[in-house]
Amino acid sequence: MRRQYIWIVGAVGLVGSALGARGAPPAMAGAISGKVTYTGTPPKMKPIDMAKEPSCAKQHATPVTTENVVTGPGNALGYVVVYISAGDAGSSAPSEAVRYDQKGCQYIPHVAVMQVSQPLEIYNDDQTSHNIHPLAKANPEWNKSQPIGAPPIHTTWEKPEFIPVKCNVHPWMHGWFLVLTTSHYAVTGEDGGFSVKGLPPGKYTLTAWQEQFGTQTQDVTISGTETKTVDFVFKARAY
Amino acid sequence: MRPQTGWLSLVSACGALLLLCGVTPAPAQQAQVGNVIGHAAAGKPLYTRYCAGCHGDDGDARGENAQWIDPKPRDFTLAVFKCRSTPTGTLPTDQDLFDAMTRGFVTTNMPAWLPLTPHNRVDLVAYIKTFSPKWKTGKPGTPITIPPEPAATIASVLHGRQLFQKMECWKCHGPAGHGDGPSAKTLTDNKDDPIRPYDFSSGSRFMCGVTNRDLYRIFMTGLDGTPMPSFADDIKPADAWDLVHFLRTLQPLDTPEAAIWKAWLASHAGELKPIGPEGSGQ
Repeated sequence: MRRQYIWIVGAVGLVGSALGARGAPPAMAGAISGKVTYTGTPPKMKPIDMAKEPSCAKQHATPVTTENVVTGPGNALGYVVVYISAGDAGSSAPSEAVRYDQKGCQYIPHVAVMQVSQPLEIYNDDQTSHNIHPLAKANPEWNKSQPIGAPPIHTTWEKPEFIPVKCNVHPWMHGWFLVLTTSHYAVTGEDGGFSVKGLPPGKYTLTAWQEQFGTQTQDVTISGTETKTVDFVFKARAY
Repeated sequence: MRPQTGWLSLVSACGALLLLCGVTPAPAQQAQVGNVIGHAAAGKPLYTRYCAGCHGDDGDARGENAQWIDPKPRDFTLAVFKCRSTPTGTLPTDQDLFDAMTRGFVTTNMPAWLPLTPHNRVDLVAYIKTFSPKWKTGKPGTPITIPPEPAATIASVLHGRQLFQKMECWKCHGPAGHGDGPSAKTLTDNKDDPIRPYDFSSGSRFMCGVTNRDLYRIFMTGLDGTPMPSFADDIKPADAWDLVHFLRTLQPLDTPEAAIWKAWLASHAGELKPIGPEGSGQ
C-alpha cells in the first residue's frame, strides 16, 4: 500500500515537472468554461491621437482606440478576467515571467494577469521613452523611466491587488496589472470566451472582472472531471 | 458622587476586559532623526493644531482647507512621498520626512515649519507614520548612494544636455526647461489631479531642496505619487552629475555651471542642435 502511494506521488511529480512550474495538476480535474457578454449600450471607444509621438503614430495604419470596453460580435466582452476568488487551495507562483510590452505607445496586453510573487517583465519596444507608473495602493506605488533601448524592468507584486498602470509621458496609455492569489484564471478574448481549467472537485466562487463594469460572482460546484458552463452578462453603461 | 463612581467602575471594567482579552496597547510609534527620538503621542496634539486643517484628522488629505488647495495636501494614508533619499516605491527615512517638513514645498501651500522646534518636528514624523499600516509591515528603503560631485566642466554640461535630450526630460520640462513640453499639460498625479512639471526658468528652489545633491536625488529617486519617474536604472552615477550640471544652466541664476555654459556659448552657440522632437536633438 505504502509503495503504491509513493509510486503515485512520484508519477504526479513527474507530470508536474513536465508541465513546468504550474505545479502538479490534480488527479481529477474539472473545468469551468463560458462566455462573457453585455446587454445595453457600451460606450464607444475613442480614437487615440498620437500626433505628439510620431514614432508611435506611424506604427498604426488605422488609429487605435481606447480599450476600457473591448467588444466582439454577439455582444461579446473582451479583456474580462475570470478567476477563482474563493475555494482555491492556493498554489505557489509559477517561475515563468509574465511579459508586458509597451509597443506603439500601447500596453500589450491591455490587462496582464499574474500571481502574487510571479516575475513580471516590462519591455519598452518603442523608439521613445516611457515611464511605467503602476498606481498601486496595497503594494508599493513606484514610477520608473524606461528610455529607448533600456533593458526590461523585472519586478514582482507581493500582495493581491488590481493595479491601474499609466505612462505620464503618453497620457492615453492605460493598462492593468491584476495580481491574484490563484493560478486558476482566464482572460476573455474578443469572442468573450473563457476556460478555467485544472480544478479539483470542490465548491468555488468564480468572479468576472471588467475594468469599467465592475465584478460579478457565481458559485460553482465541480465534481469529477466535468466541465461546467458558466456565463456572465454585464449591464453596459454608455458612460 | 454616585454617577462618578459608576463611570469609574465602567472604566475599570473596560480595562479588565482589555486585559482579559490579551489586548495590549501597541508600542508607541517612534521616529529618530539624529539623536532626537520623537513619539507619536507627543506628535498628535501638534498635528491636530498645525497639520489637520489641510491633511485631515485622519491623515487622509481631507482637512477643511483641502478643497481650496492646489496641489492637494499629502494623503498620509497612502504612505507615498515625493521627497525621499530612498528608491522609488519604498518608504522614506525619518530624516526625509523631517527634512520635507522643515523645508516646506515650494509652489504649494505647505510652508517651512521652522517655527516648530526640531523635537516637535520629530514627534510629528512619528505621528504621521501612524496613518498607514505600511509603516508597521515595511521598513524605509536604503538611501541611494550619491558619489562625490566632480567639478563642472563644459564637457559635463554638454553631456548632460545630451542626456536631457536622450532621456526625453524635455517631453514634460520643455526644450528650454520652462515646464512647457508636449506632455506638460496632460500630467496628473496619483489621484488624477492635474500637476505641473518644474519650470527651471522660474529660478525657484526645487521641490526637494536647493543643492546639486538634492537635484541629483530628485531625478534618481523620482517624486513618488507624481509623474516624475526614477531614472536610477537608466542613468549611471557619473552621468547623473553631468545632467545636474546641465540642469543648472537652465536656471536664471549665477551658478558656476551657468558661467561655464555662457562662456562656451559665446563662441560655440552655432554648433548646438536644438533639443526637442526626433531629428532635432544633439
